[in-house]
Amino acid sequence: MSYKVVHYINQFFANIGGEEMAHVAPELRDGFVGPGMALNTAWKGEAEIVKTIVCGDSYFAEHEADAKKQVLDWVKAEKPDMFIAGPAFNAGRYGYACATIANAVQEELGIPVLTGMYEENPGADLKNKVLIVATANSAAGMRKAAPAMAKLALKLMKGEKIGASAEEGYMPNGIRRNFFEKEVGAKRAVDMLVAKLSDKPYTTEYPMPSFDRVAPNKAIKDLSKATIALCTSGGIVPKGNPDHIESSSASHYGEYNIAGVDDLTAETYETAHGGYDPVYANADADRVLPVDILREMEKEGKIGKLHDFFYTTVGNGTSVANAKGFAAEYAQKLLKAGVHAVIMTST
Amino acid sequence: MKLELGYIQIKDIQFSKECKVENGTLYVDPDAVKAYLYEDDDVKAWVKDFSFDIAKPGESVRITPVKDVIEPRVKVEGPGGVFPGVISKVETVGSGKTHVLRGMAVVTAGKIVGFQEGIIDMSGPGADYTPFSKLLNLVVVAEPAEGYQDHKHEYEHAVRIAGLRAATYIGELGREVTPDETAEFETYGIKEGMEKMPNLPRVAYVHMLQSQGLLHDTYVYGVDAKRSLTTILLPTETMDGAIISGNCVSACDKNTTYHHLNNPVVANLFAAHGKTLNYVCNIITNENVYLADKQRSSDWTAKLCRLLDLDGALVSQEGFGNPDTDLIMNCKKIELQGVKTVIITDEYAGQDGKSQSLADADPLADAVVTGGNANEVIVLPKMDKVIGTLDYVDVIAGGHAGSLRPDGTIEAELQVITGATNEMGFNRLSAR
Repeated sequence: MSYKVVHYINQFFANIGGEEMAHVAPELRDGFVGPGMALNTAWKGEAEIVKTIVCGDSYFAEHEADAKKQVLDWVKAEKPDMFIAGPAFNAGRYGYACATIANAVQEELGIPVLTGMYEENPGADLKNKVLIVATANSAAGMRKAAPAMAKLALKLMKGEKIGASAEEGYMPNGIRRNFFEKEVGAKRAVDMLVAKLSDKPYTTEYPMPSFDRVAPNKAIKDLSKATIALCTSGGIVPKGNPDHIESSSASHYGEYNIAGVDDLTAETYETAHGGYDPVYANADADRVLPVDILREMEKEGKIGKLHDFFYTTVGNGTSVANAKGFAAEYAQKLLKAGVHAVIMTST
Repeated sequence: MKLELGYIQIKDIQFSKECKVENGTLYVDPDAVKAYLYEDDDVKAWVKDFSFDIAKPGESVRITPVKDVIEPRVKVEGPGGVFPGVISKVETVGSGKTHVLRGMAVVTAGKIVGFQEGIIDMSGPGADYTPFSKLLNLVVVAEPAEGYQDHKHEYEHAVRIAGLRAATYIGELGREVTPDETAEFETYGIKEGMEKMPNLPRVAYVHMLQSQGLLHDTYVYGVDAKRSLTTILLPTETMDGAIISGNCVSACDKNTTYHHLNNPVVANLFAAHGKTLNYVCNIITNENVYLADKQRSSDWTAKLCRLLDLDGALVSQEGFGNPDTDLIMNCKKIELQGVKTVIITDEYAGQDGKSQSLADADPLADAVVTGGNANEVIVLPKMDKVIGTLDYVDVIAGGHAGSLRPDGTIEAELQVITGATNEMGFNRLSAR
């Protein structure tokens, strides 16, 4: 039994006509139409296009809600293993329609989807949501695009793990995946430098993200009335690490009560952090989480109160996304508890 | 400033009653090596015992926890000796002739100090990620002396010295052996190089050394890199062991002494030297934890790039997180001097690959080579034999509670594998 595929194409690729026929409403046909033949051929019987949906680009743009509903109804009735749209190359409205409808099928019907288009096609804005195979900018690129799409689609239908974007030919979608290059990193770096020095094109392997910088809050005017909390990415935990915070790449944070604790000792606290030598932190965890000093300041009236709970995790190799998630969660707890300021220690 | 390396291909290692290299086979008498290691007072003081083992490519063997990997070499002509300032006297190396026992390594293993030790699998999926699975490994397993708990740093030092001494002892066996192959490496004085290659872009290698301290250390001619200013090295000096690893950070992106001896950036810049670029020199700079140190070191790096009138610089990192700031500072400041950069790093994009990969970023870092996402999870099958101990698998960087499963398999991040995401660009692993 081969996998069932529903294919979405526009009026031009269905041979109905060009711009003058872009107004045609969605239409359901049996089997493959136009470019679907190339996909079918590449699958060699392992998968097959059972239905083709044809829709005019102007129709989709002007009646998006209706077009979406109609397409979703047809796809739902067919229960295919895969939904493929395009490829749209550099046709802007077609690309938009392909990415939009593919995203709708994926989200609402939970069916794997794939589309293809040129990198500058406006539809490629959805590349972080829908897998999009990068194609040439004109239909002349069909000979290359169809086998690439067919191969990736078959992997998705079989539920196989997909490789990195550079291997599989899809546009980088914000999910970093490892793979083995042909050359070692140092050779690639020298080649990249030679290209950069001679103003030849090169592609960075990691495009720099725009960095999230947080402006500090205003200073506290009267510390003697402020409740201060201690937080750390230095991994200080009660002895024995009861919540098993990982020594690197932490998956969670810990919340521990220090009401009545004046000093962190070698018998009561330690570090879970695997990125630095734990000898000194284990001997006296106050070196990383200065509870002793804050208690003194509390007694002297320099600060109002040390908050009863501290929040802790391991910064070592922990992804920025995880760290951000932890802080977003416990910041709410701190706010709720009426904490005025936080001392965040790192290592 | 020319160094000739003579490669002696090692095809087998066997334990024997004598020590020699004959027809590509290394014969080792463990007792003789042990006696040599114990000639050092620190080793005598802190290491209770050594055991020796041999691990070969393709075997069902796991070595863990791994401390360092070292290639045996011996200086046969020219000034100085290998590992200057540590094993040999401090004389400047990098010229004359050096013999290399290629295809093998000395691996130090056993309980070290903290969490920071790695895994080398000689077969299975893990073997694809570590370059050391392709070598014949003479494993030196150290057992700490009583009372080491209060002297962990002294113990770490003793094991480091023991590894270097073992490699030196083995390297010495290649002194009189005729190499199978030789290669010459030569860089020139500033003016001389410009005259020889007037039309080629002038490029230096900015080699960042892990120096965060507390077991993240690197030594240059015996000098602790965190106490050193940014300076210049001849590329050939690295081939004689001018830089050694004292680094026990997460295994995947620490530069072992083997990496320093066989630095792939040095090798690939030499391959392009005189063809597409003029390889001027190496600039070594540290990765200290204090902001003032970071600012000073990166300022000096950029200053030297300008002073040398470079056109381009290739920057390699060691470690992750905190050193990401050093990497970006170096890159940005060098670019602002009008010198074009390519940087090599690795990524911590989360197990799902969805996170931002580095702890710092800048638009000027527009040419990046990556050694892959160290957070990616791998399952390592059970091996028939373990050299060392599996006691630390759950707590090493990249492991988690339950990493070592009851059936002997290990589920962990790539971080646990020695050399997996090396930032000198030693491997083919990458990510997109």
